[in-house]
Amino acid sequence: MSTEQYTVVGTRPVRHDGVDKVTGRAQYGADLQMAGLLYGYVLRSPHAHARIKRIDTSKAEKFPGVKAVITAADFPPTPERMVDLGEGDTPLSYARGNVLAGAKALYRGHAIAAVAATSIHVAEEAASLIEVDYEVLPAVLTAPEAMQDGASILHEDLRTKEFGEQTGRVSNVSEHFRHTMGDIAAGFAEAEVIIEREFNTATVHQGYIEPHNATALWNNDGRVLVWCSTQGAFVVRDVTACLLDVPVSHVRVTPMEIGGGFGGKIPVYIEPVAALLSKKTGKPVKIVMSRKDVFEGTGPTPGSYMKVKVGARKDGRITAAQAYLAYEAGAYPGAMVGPGAMCVFAAYDIANVVIDGFDVVVNKPSTAAYRAPGATNAAFATETVLDEIAEKLGIDPLDLRLKNAAKEGTRRADGPKYRRVGCVEVLEAMKNHPHYSAPLGGPNRGRGVAIGFWFNVGLPSSCNISVTADGTVNLVEGSTDIGGTRTSIAMQAAEVLGIPAEAVRPTVVDTDSIGFTAVTGGSRTTFATGWAAYEAAQDVVRQMKERAAKLWETDAASVTLERGVFRSGEKSMTFAELASKIDQTGGPVVGRGAVNPKGAGGSFSGNIVDVEVDPETGKVTILRFTAVQDVGKAIHPSYVEGQMQGGSAQGIGWALNEEYYMSRDGSMMNSSLLDYRMPTALDLPMIDTVIVEVPNPGHPFGVRGVGEANIVPPPGAIANAIYRAAGVRMRRLPMNPPAIMEAIWSQRD
Amino acid sequence: MPAKVRVQTTINGEQTEFLCEPRQSLLECLRDVLGLTGTKEGCNDGNCGACTVMLDDRVVTSCLVLGVEAEGAQITTIEGIAKGNELDPLQRSFLENAALQCGICTPGFIVAAKALLDHEPNPTEDQIRLWLANNLCRCTGYDKIIHAVQQAAAYSREARA
Amino acid sequence: MAIVFIPTLLRPLTGGRGSVEAEGATVRQVIESLEMAWPGIRERLMENDRLRPNISVAVDGEVTPMGLLEAVSPSSEVHFIAAIKGGSAAVL
Repeated sequence: MSTEQYTVVGTRPVRHDGVDKVTGRAQYGADLQMAGLLYGYVLRSPHAHARIKRIDTSKAEKFPGVKAVITAADFPPTPERMVDLGEGDTPLSYARGNVLAGAKALYRGHAIAAVAATSIHVAEEAASLIEVDYEVLPAVLTAPEAMQDGASILHEDLRTKEFGEQTGRVSNVSEHFRHTMGDIAAGFAEAEVIIEREFNTATVHQGYIEPHNATALWNNDGRVLVWCSTQGAFVVRDVTACLLDVPVSHVRVTPMEIGGGFGGKIPVYIEPVAALLSKKTGKPVKIVMSRKDVFEGTGPTPGSYMKVKVGARKDGRITAAQAYLAYEAGAYPGAMVGPGAMCVFAAYDIANVVIDGFDVVVNKPSTAAYRAPGATNAAFATETVLDEIAEKLGIDPLDLRLKNAAKEGTRRADGPKYRRVGCVEVLEAMKNHPHYSAPLGGPNRGRGVAIGFWFNVGLPSSCNISVTADGTVNLVEGSTDIGGTRTSIAMQAAEVLGIPAEAVRPTVVDTDSIGFTAVTGGSRTTFATGWAAYEAAQDVVRQMKERAAKLWETDAASVTLERGVFRSGEKSMTFAELASKIDQTGGPVVGRGAVNPKGAGGSFSGNIVDVEVDPETGKVTILRFTAVQDVGKAIHPSYVEGQMQGGSAQGIGWALNEEYYMSRDGSMMNSSLLDYRMPTALDLPMIDTVIVEVPNPGHPFGVRGVGEANIVPPPGAIANAIYRAAGVRMRRLPMNPPAIMEAIWSQRD
Repeated sequence: MPAKVRVQTTINGEQTEFLCEPRQSLLECLRDVLGLTGTKEGCNDGNCGACTVMLDDRVVTSCLVLGVEAEGAQITTIEGIAKGNELDPLQRSFLENAALQCGICTPGFIVAAKALLDHEPNPTEDQIRLWLANNLCRCTGYDKIIHAVQQAAAYSREARA
Repeated sequence: MAIVFIPTLLRPLTGGRGSVEAEGATVRQVIESLEMAWPGIRERLMENDRLRPNISVAVDGEVTPMGLLEAVSPSSEVHFIAAIKGGSAAVL
């Protein structure tokens, strides 16, 4: 990892918003205070599946301190159409139905009604006076259950689609698709070893520490002003405008500082509710979700049922691979099974592949993205099957992967061919790492490896840069900063301009103040918004060269900029010196950038993990963890390392402990942070990181994006380590102590 | 509506007086009554540590303390960690070590870690992890936070030397 | 002529072929060309003069937000991708 080429890119400046965040001054959504503020509370369904026959809000409305009560009936009757949710389109009725239930409650926690009152306590108390007549229906909770003939149906109007064709079948399967490549029968016929396994993974939550929050004011001029915790202010704007049936220009969304998202704060839940309450009361209304409501009323990631079958020759060459992926979408269609299918065999060059994907609705909260959504489930299956194959063939697990690794030109079963990618480089970094050959140092210990892939996206971003007379610049962009991106974006502009990172002042602004910018997610922000900043900075450079040319009475074409110094012939000026003269050479210098870039490069990642399994309790201790990832170019290495460590920690929690523990009637029994057990500082060792840089040919600085691929390998790597430590192959997540003991005991019998 | 209680207390060294309902937590009083929003709510049942403050010499989750319990006590919140314009060594080292990503857990961690360093100026990695086990972070995996606490301890040792 | 990869579930319409050649300077023109050779395929890909909401198109390996308007060269590869939740297949 070399910084020789660059002055700013690759260094580690203190982040621009850092002081406010370590002093408690940074304003997160729940911190917002406003004159006349009312507090909103959402009443949620206690039943996993029920017809709503009647809602009587009269007692609640009369409760002292209550200013308004709303239900879905308060939505304007907008005709059905497709709505862009920021992660693809969905029918309006589904988007609206998840915000406030229509005819049916489809999961426990489904929003039914909302109250605005003078205090949150009053609102909560009043909500308990809302009377709802439910006709309880049978609930389905897993994909296999929901796919059975005769299963209780969630949406009577849902027909299974198969690639644009309506099959006319009423079922809980919203969509079935299939990818094929080569000749699967011939591929398996050629194989000398075949492993086929079934897997199940439980529903897990992104677990961001800050609950969802939103404040809305339906102003006297008809504009709806929203301040919220979101990964995409423009998505909130567009969806809220759509559900309220007002023009998009009537809604302004200000993204507050955000306390984690990981994909779970892309969907819109409470903004339209707060807006409707504000409309009815004439006052601003703030809604902050409780932790219980976060678990039961937002979007966890799909639980899944998977089958993976892989065949290989004795020399380790994989000849065929087949996957069956049935993912739970939750109450509304849209499980991330498409991306799961893109990633399940994405790390390997395999000629004969069949992948079947099923998007299945179940009576659980409607799922949302969670960091490389769909890929972790799939990699858990593939990476453990490959581990079995390696063992059977007596081949080192990394060597098996190297023998079959995807490279430039490898074609994936879903179609595209790779451009330059870093799968081999990641595997080699793992093989050469001292961790891989270190002694384990004790009994009941084992080492496992796994790799994974995420494709990363581009999507639109905008950026404006204006020059200040003292040689600093203001940079304005619209990407919510979750992990330090305002700094990684500022650094890219600084590099172009030849000024220090500290001389760029980045601000994340509202939807009125910057051009359209897509969500902070998809590992896109440093890539795409950074590119917009790059373009805006180039625009500034063009204009500054013209100003220098004016001052030096020469051609702009003869002016160069190198490391912050403008030159023409013998003359030279620093950026700051020239900036002090923009006023006298024509006025303000403002640069703009707007991109919708192609060229997003995929990111491969890998883990080496050592575990110790207590043979009497099944407790798994992570002894040592190494995370390797190809990020293309690490703009700010500290925050790149941070992403790798964070995704690893989430993957460890997903592997060992986290799950929605569901009762038979569809209630989540562990909807608190005590019992939904995420890793604490005591549960983890230091997480060593190795940044691999295979530059992305599609980006000015070679950025691929780092945010997501790191959550993909941990469960597979940990499962492989548990096998070597305890002799049991785990095929279900989470691999918690009871599950491990059950596996150990059934092995003994 | 229950009658409000008058509470007299000291917050970050300043004598403070406020009115609250008996059912309001200290967290709610700090944030909604006093406007001290640096202390955060993550779960409201003592399991995430985002609301960590000092109550006299105890590290507490303020969501599990009633506002009325602040009567006569010395409370330290994140707003009281910096000395005027000067950041505490912990705040500096969190920034230098990139020990925050979204930052929502950071106030709780800094208050808790400050209590640790006041009590044990040379903590081992295990001691740090145990002390901070009730502060959840979902972004960092804790690695850089532990390093930041170790570095802050080193800064303080240098300052004393 | 550009090569168009046919999604598995549409292959009955192209006589089982996994890839076919098609002419056209834009994705729209390519689909028209496909329709002439394999009637019925346009309806599976398009609705109301737009790509169906849950279908994306990738030209030369890049999912394009421009959909039907995206330029196609004689040596291009074109893939149609079923996206869950519609819109871009390159979701988060």
